[in-house]
Amino acid sequence: MPAANTMPDLRAIRPPEQSTPSSGPADAAPTSFDPAYIKIRDFNFFYGTNKVLHDLTLDIAERHVTAFIGPSGCGKSTLLRNLNRMNDLVDGIRHLGDILVNGHSIYDPLLEVIALRKRIGMVFQKSNPFPKSVYENVVYSLRVAGRSRKSELDEVVERSLRGAALWDEVKDRLSDSAFSLSGGQMQRLCIARAIANRPEILLMDEPCSALDPLATAKIEELIHDLKREFTIVIVTHNMQQAARVSDHTAFFYLGKLIEYADTKLIFTNPSNPQTEAYVSGRFG
Amino acid sequence: MVWITSMGLAVGLTMIVFLLGMIVYNGLEVFWPKPVVRLELKEGSTAGVNNAPAFGGEIVKTQAKAVQALAADGSPLPSQREYQLFVGNKDVYGFGYKFIDNAKIVSESRPPGVVVAERLEYGNAIFIPKQFTLADGSTVAADDSGFQSTFERLVKAGNERRAEIRRIERDQIGDLNRKFDSIRLARRAIEARGGEPTPADREKLAEFDATTTALQAEYEMLAAKARELRALQDANHIVYTTLDGAERTLPTGDLIGFYHPNTLSLPQKAGLFTHRFWSFLSREPREANTEGGIFPAIFGTFVMTLLMSMAVTPFGVLAAIYLREYAKQGVFVRSVRIAVNNLAGVPSIVFGVFGLGFLVYFMGGTIDRLFYSLSLPTPTFGTGGVLWASLTLALMTVPVVIVATEEALSAVSRGTREGSLACGASKWQTIQSIVLPASLPGILTGLILAMARGAGEVAPLMLVGVVKLAPTLPLDTIYPFVHFERKFMHLGFHIYDLGFQSPDSEAAKPMVFATTFLLILLVVCLNLGAILIRNYLRKKYRSSTF
Repeated sequence: MPAANTMPDLRAIRPPEQSTPSSGPADAAPTSFDPAYIKIRDFNFFYGTNKVLHDLTLDIAERHVTAFIGPSGCGKSTLLRNLNRMNDLVDGIRHLGDILVNGHSIYDPLLEVIALRKRIGMVFQKSNPFPKSVYENVVYSLRVAGRSRKSELDEVVERSLRGAALWDEVKDRLSDSAFSLSGGQMQRLCIARAIANRPEILLMDEPCSALDPLATAKIEELIHDLKREFTIVIVTHNMQQAARVSDHTAFFYLGKLIEYADTKLIFTNPSNPQTEAYVSGRFG
Repeated sequence: MVWITSMGLAVGLTMIVFLLGMIVYNGLEVFWPKPVVRLELKEGSTAGVNNAPAFGGEIVKTQAKAVQALAADGSPLPSQREYQLFVGNKDVYGFGYKFIDNAKIVSESRPPGVVVAERLEYGNAIFIPKQFTLADGSTVAADDSGFQSTFERLVKAGNERRAEIRRIERDQIGDLNRKFDSIRLARRAIEARGGEPTPADREKLAEFDATTTALQAEYEMLAAKARELRALQDANHIVYTTLDGAERTLPTGDLIGFYHPNTLSLPQKAGLFTHRFWSFLSREPREANTEGGIFPAIFGTFVMTLLMSMAVTPFGVLAAIYLREYAKQGVFVRSVRIAVNNLAGVPSIVFGVFGLGFLVYFMGGTIDRLFYSLSLPTPTFGTGGVLWASLTLALMTVPVVIVATEEALSAVSRGTREGSLACGASKWQTIQSIVLPASLPGILTGLILAMARGAGEVAPLMLVGVVKLAPTLPLDTIYPFVHFERKFMHLGFHIYDLGFQSPDSEAAKPMVFATTFLLILLVVCLNLGAILIRNYLRKKYRSSTF
């Protein structure tokens, strides 16, 4: 069955080949960076009657790394999973407010969620390669989009695996099962898969939490390289990691945005005492 | 506690091992050639056959007498054991097996010249050959040097001629019959249209008449050839004496094979064992199924199980996908799931009745009316057949597949699904390219269970297409190769038929064991095949571990 791959809105707004950011005037927002690519406006989110996100308003800059930090249960993952509407799968959810990607609401009823997800790649906490070969894992997003020209796929595989700093390690075993890779390699494979279809945004939900320090270092390096091309939002529990990889950091606590600023500022001179307590390790 | 639980396992295992061991032993022992003993009886004893002072046969078993054997004066005899003997020569004695008290036997011997011969009719003959009376009137006596080679030559020639007759009658005449039949149907199609026949019709009818005449001539020729060959089968005769001394004459064309049971070496016995086992596997049954092989039954069971698997898998997997992936989980889906599980507990005969009523009479009847109306009132699909039997069993085993598939689907992690959705895949794409491949091993487990249940089921099949003796196989080289409407033979039913419906249950007993052994072997083989595929898939889709 062919995918419903009509993606009227996003493609129209920003064709893939267009690389310069649209520099629309940013809404006046309390915490904003220019050029703001994702705008979260008065966003509230409910699981049933349980409100887990409270009036969030923040802008995420294009081609920067934005880190969401905060103690467990603060809603940072929930917010991240709302950016590509992955939460739609959960029963009994509700939201108020809006999220705009490049000026267009992701909740626009005319926008198909599949089209949205094609523009937003995601890397999960636990690496989740598909039960397929390395090659097929990488080209999966192209296959579901109905693109199956061999030369194109080969090119995408090499580019994506190089982008995920995995090419040299797996180039001779592309037809092996993805499960034959090591944990760190699997996670990088998932990153390669997420960037294969050239998304605009890359969401990373604690991508290193299951990895050893060496693999973590590799992925952090990778994030550095990737931000030249992608707008990256990363959720992390590891504050050193946030400090190392991100340009901006948002600190959440109990579903509220406590502070959002330049990463350096957050870690050296936070303006909020709660932020200071968290980043200095006194709670959380 | 550990003792009780381990004892439970031990008891179960012992029973299974014992059962399997017994079936394997008894099933294979049938083919092992046994020596033939000649028993001299006490003076005036009438315990033998035809009041003869001696007789003989293969000793099947020795056992203690259930009723005490008494001498004429009422005192118990010294030996209270008895033999069961396979005496063969059913054409002479009218029975194949006989019990004899040990006390009535004077002496036992194993005459080296005894021959056991497999025959077309009346089972095996056990005898001491005397001479051959050949077609030209000459004779070859048993003590001639050329006797053995003549024996072999005659049996071989008889077998070849029999194969030739069979080829003529079955293939060539069968072919003619099919042509006759198609002409008959074409003629009926023209007649059924009614009204005055058009010139074109007349032309056709004339053509039919011509073809029929030609075919008839061809038939006469073939039939004559077959008659000629048959006469040749009866041209040479063997004269022999049975162990009780009676003399008999038999056309050599009736013999299928022979061996000298008392002079066989171990390798010869092993060779004979293999040969007899292979004949059993590859030949067709004779003599109300108590003789010959069971190939049609093996083949029928195999085809039916395969068809059943082909029907039950898509059906069950689709149902499970809907239940697990699409249906909104709630009271309704829960009750559907319970109902499906309970369906697995419905007695199989109920499915048989359903299959007969709905599939055979309703669906088959409709198909006949729509597509085979010319051959009515002879039903084509409106009677039991391998297709309806397979579908009935598919219906019976579908709950197993649904339950197993649901388990397998729910075992695919949420993370994997989310990964696929995050790549922009639709729900169906996710199911089709991620969830289903990952749950294939689990689905195959369900199929293995379904096959194990389906292949061993007999009761419903008796209503929807299994027969005691099927003249044709459901798969052959005659267009359209797969004959879904044909009735078929089944190992399970064969066991029932041999053991409980056979005119000579003693003769059928070894066959029952051998058939049971083969049924188990077939089920094991089918399961093994599925298990191998599953293991391969498991390796391929091994879940990730760090």
